[in-house]
Amino acid sequence: MLQVRDLQVRYGAIEALHRVSFDVQPGEIVTLIGANGAGKSTTLRAISGLVRIAGGQVIFEGRDITREKAHRIVALGIGHVPEGRRVFADMTVRENLELGAFLTPPEKVRENMERVFERFPRLRERQNQLAGTLSGGEQQMLAIGRALMNRPRLLLLDEPSMGLSPLLVQEIFEIIQEINAQGTTVLLVEQNANMALSIAHRAYVLEAGRIVLSGPARELRDHPAVRSAYLGEAARAG
Amino acid sequence: MAQMSRRLVAAVSVVGLYILLELLRRTGVIGAYWAQVMDLSLIITISAVGLSLIYGFAGQFSLGHAAFYGIGAYTAGLITKTLGGEIHWYVVALAAGAGAASLVAFLIGLPILRLRSDYLGIATLGFGFIVKVLLDNSDKISPTLGGARGMLGIPQMTTFPWVFWGAVLAVLLVRNLVHSSYGRACLSVREDEIAADIMGIHTTRFKTLAFVLGCGLAGLAGGLYAHLYSYLHPQSFDFLRSLDVLLIVVLGGLGSLTGTVVTAIGLVFLQEWLRGILPRDYLDWRIVIYAIILIVLMIRRPQGLMGGREWSLRILVGGDPAQIVTGKGEKGRASA
Repeated sequence: MLQVRDLQVRYGAIEALHRVSFDVQPGEIVTLIGANGAGKSTTLRAISGLVRIAGGQVIFEGRDITREKAHRIVALGIGHVPEGRRVFADMTVRENLELGAFLTPPEKVRENMERVFERFPRLRERQNQLAGTLSGGEQQMLAIGRALMNRPRLLLLDEPSMGLSPLLVQEIFEIIQEINAQGTTVLLVEQNANMALSIAHRAYVLEAGRIVLSGPARELRDHPAVRSAYLGEAARAG
Repeated sequence: MAQMSRRLVAAVSVVGLYILLELLRRTGVIGAYWAQVMDLSLIITISAVGLSLIYGFAGQFSLGHAAFYGIGAYTAGLITKTLGGEIHWYVVALAAGAGAASLVAFLIGLPILRLRSDYLGIATLGFGFIVKVLLDNSDKISPTLGGARGMLGIPQMTTFPWVFWGAVLAVLLVRNLVHSSYGRACLSVREDEIAADIMGIHTTRFKTLAFVLGCGLAGLAGGLYAHLYSYLHPQSFDFLRSLDVLLIVVLGGLGSLTGTVVTAIGLVFLQEWLRGILPRDYLDWRIVIYAIILIVLMIRRPQGLMGGREWSLRILVGGDPAQIVTGKGEKGRASA
């Protein structure tokens, strides 16, 4: 579904990604794990056209999207839930969702919103509330719901667990699994490696802009290097 | 049904206001001097509504609004001065003034709208200076333009109906745009450009749209201005004038159209009132007074007079006040 080949991204003189390659098959949950600054978010931002790609290729459903603009990539079926949620704080929940459906034909909007409300009943309760007044967990739900409004086939999730209580993290990850079970492919970026590996099918470990390990999530969970580097922290914190 | 009656009430009130003002002017209750101040205040309103769209709604910080006002004024003035003061040339001149300002906005918008807030401010500021220098030396291009001595002899064609209905048109245009899905897109660009990008919103296009339309309104206002005083001087289009308009939009509250209109009219009248009470040599002190107003307001009410809210006739019709804030989304959807 998604092939990333030798992806290179530079911020000025600094090379953030050195020839990163991976792929995502239809129906999978794939996770990129790694420490702060490893290049996880940059990878997602490169895929959805928010940062300029210096080299390599991104292919989505057989189509080269390396040079496509961000708004075109959304139209092709990739949804992005950004780091820090980035909900429109001064707009209501409903208006946020409506913006998520910006490219959706008007007659489909009601139906899609109903689906999002079924998935997130709390958003329905708070549909007329300003998004900035929601709790962190609710904002994360809104950010995911907003990305789902356009019915993406591939969903990019950037640190959905950030700043949430363990209980809420659990809830969000269950929702991600449900979304995936209903046919949306998921590419998940997480610092919380433990949680990410528990729901993912496959995983890649990023370190300083390079993929250093990859494999089925279950195997990586037991991998000694991963355990000491990422799970030690996560296990204690979680 | 309720919406229909609200529209009717709004239309009747606007026409009623027009008739009332026209009567007061004809009967001499409003004298010639204050009548001209009123005309000017409505012209400034048109220009300010344009900047309100650019900065208040789309969040693009522009310090060069007066330059587009000037482009419109000189273009329109040149047309009627050379072709004649018939009504059809006047209409052509107004359209050309708005068109020229829009075209220039489009051309300079392409490169500079990629910049973010402060940088965009600097770029538009620079553009304003360039236009001012060009106007100062415009007699080198064509003696008709007058250069630093100013441009004389533009037919006096702008009358109250033109400015009044021009202002109504400007407000309606921006209001309808803001309430459409296009307006929603502009607002989302203001709120968070990256988030707007990943909603599939072509951010550059919407920034350009707001900039071109807003500058077009400045151009229209310029054309009306040129035919109100029949005299143009580059001084009227320098940086300080850009600042005046910016002040109006910020004082009125970013994202509030009624705030912009009320402040624009209020500020022009304040300025004329100060002209009356301040000794001649102290006239420039009004800029200090503006600055003090701005500082006090930013401390007391950083969100501006209206703080993004609108005054609406729904209050008169007896609509649910809560709907004034949230109802916006419902309507945005209907046209999306």
